[in-house]
Amino acid sequence: MATPSLIPAGDFRSSYAVDTTIFPTKTSRNAAILGVVLICFAPQMLSEYWLSQLIMIGIYGIAALGLNILVGFTGQISIGHAAFFLFGAFTSAYISNNYPIPVFFSIPIAGVVTAIVGLIFGLPAARLKGLYLVIATLAAQYILLDFFSRADWFSGGSVPATAKSFSIFNYTLRGDRQYFYVVLAYVVASYLLVTNLMRSRDGRALVAIRDHYLSAEIMGINLTKYRTLSFGLAAFFAGIAGALYAHNQLVVSNEGFGIERSILFLAMVIIGGTGSIMGTLMGTAFVVLLPESMEWISAELKGGAIDRALQLNNNITFLREIAIGLIIIAFLVFEPDGLAHRWRQIKTYWKLYPFSH
Amino acid sequence: MNTHLLLQLVVNGLVVGTLYGVVAMSFVLIYKATQVVNFAQGELLLIGAWVCWTLLTKYQVPFWLGMPMTLVFMFAFGILIQIVILRPMIGEPIISVIMVTIALSAVFQASLKWIYGVSPQPFPRVFTSQSVSFAGLQIQTVYVMSLVVSVLMMVGMAWFFRVSKWGLAMRATAFNQQVAQSLGISVKTVFAMAWAISAMVSAVAGVVVAVVNGVSSGLSIYGIKVFPAAILGGLDSVGGAVIGGIIIGVLENVAQFVDSEYLHWGNLYEVAPFYVLIIILMIKPYGLFGTKDIERV
Repeated sequence: MATPSLIPAGDFRSSYAVDTTIFPTKTSRNAAILGVVLICFAPQMLSEYWLSQLIMIGIYGIAALGLNILVGFTGQISIGHAAFFLFGAFTSAYISNNYPIPVFFSIPIAGVVTAIVGLIFGLPAARLKGLYLVIATLAAQYILLDFFSRADWFSGGSVPATAKSFSIFNYTLRGDRQYFYVVLAYVVASYLLVTNLMRSRDGRALVAIRDHYLSAEIMGINLTKYRTLSFGLAAFFAGIAGALYAHNQLVVSNEGFGIERSILFLAMVIIGGTGSIMGTLMGTAFVVLLPESMEWISAELKGGAIDRALQLNNNITFLREIAIGLIIIAFLVFEPDGLAHRWRQIKTYWKLYPFSH
Repeated sequence: MNTHLLLQLVVNGLVVGTLYGVVAMSFVLIYKATQVVNFAQGELLLIGAWVCWTLLTKYQVPFWLGMPMTLVFMFAFGILIQIVILRPMIGEPIISVIMVTIALSAVFQASLKWIYGVSPQPFPRVFTSQSVSFAGLQIQTVYVMSLVVSVLMMVGMAWFFRVSKWGLAMRATAFNQQVAQSLGISVKTVFAMAWAISAMVSAVAGVVVAVVNGVSSGLSIYGIKVFPAAILGGLDSVGGAVIGGIIIGVLENVAQFVDSEYLHWGNLYEVAPFYVLIIILMIKPYGLFGTKDIERV
């Protein structure tokens, strides 16, 4: 957050159109299109396991994107994101099970309903400074999880709720290999949407509130309106991601969606870079793949002296939580702009190679 | 209507509420002095309880010696956290600091589960007699002790802020850091002291809770209950935190009474404070005793 945009030397922008363009050069636009086209072949290339990991990155990436609007652009925090995610999952499952609405439509409906519920909690706090929203969302986390464990008609209570597979009218998608394209479509659409939002007046208003809310108000930005808007958007994306999650897993339970999961979402945003849209995806990939690398390390150490002394294999879940917490602290202290900043530095280095500094 | 049960629950609520008050007080202490919202307060409480438990059971230290040793440890630990983790964050936006404390709480929580496991451990017996009767109600000795200790700590805190040199320095720093610095107060030391004292007070509360309920990672819920209490009392009011804590404690138990007698929802005991929290944020966001933020540009 310290340096929102680092522009390398020699990069001059002479018109507003150039300044607000999504892709600064033709190469970067082609690279982005090529990347999306290449990833379309992922279901054919990857094994079942890695494909499911990729789908998870996509789903969590959408939720983290919503949180990044709130944390990175508006400068507010939510630690109830996991509860909203879960609410979206249950809502979409409930709608598609109980009404003659195909899953294709129930996912966006779940997003809208989650946004409305989020606003009920966020509205009192959105009028105030960042600190109060944290506390209100903390309350939301506990109240919603309590509601899920009690409302048998909605979430199945103690029994996990079932969700249908993705379907449009009479055509039903089967398995991860087909579902992948649904997630991909949602990821591309939501990332484009947020990128465009940030080019608009509304997006700049959010950034102005983050940087100096008093100046923003003096310039005629309605603080309450935009704070509420950004919180509603965050809940909306959490709901969409939750709904996608429900129709991927086909079973939803509130196990594992406590406050730790909300902290995990925060970790994705911080590691990726607060206020960086592409960084969010990097941060999500980092956090999703972290357990993989940790399991690999502990498997390597298995049976060794260190393993016996610390009982690594029995406590892998705790180790993961410790690692996530330490990584958040390390990023906040040493690299507050996250992986996105590191990536920019690498790009600048190679742009000027061999004459960089 | 079961009057006896209600009365018993209200007494329980008062006892638990004073403990919430103590923890909320240490939370407000940090907030007032250093402008840091500490999400790891419950973990400080838990660390204090575990350290005391380890000294008493693993090393067989008597209680009268184990308790001061715990306090000394927590004093040092509070200073350590402040210097290593929060000092580099001075001058960063407030949300970065909040996120650091959230991450700290995750690290502590997981580390303690790793070291001590997830199952609760009984605390060694400190008192010989189990309960005393008062006006027809059976009250456990530990509850009486907890009430006495809490009130003592509140009085001690009031004395500290009103009379002692360090307390005055802390109040000056909370009022205006630059002015305090120009009067020769070391703001760095004041920050470290705020954390140290807060950690110590939390640890006392932790040991008291542990004596009553045993030690388990669930104790850190006290750190979460701090938020309804502190918001109700006003975030920057030490006295408000105490009163807020007592109100929340009584309210929890009354909610349990209403639940068991009339509503039968189950579990209302745990969530009632959070409903209260949302309602307070809607109608009186700066709490009962907090100063309303007036911004001059």
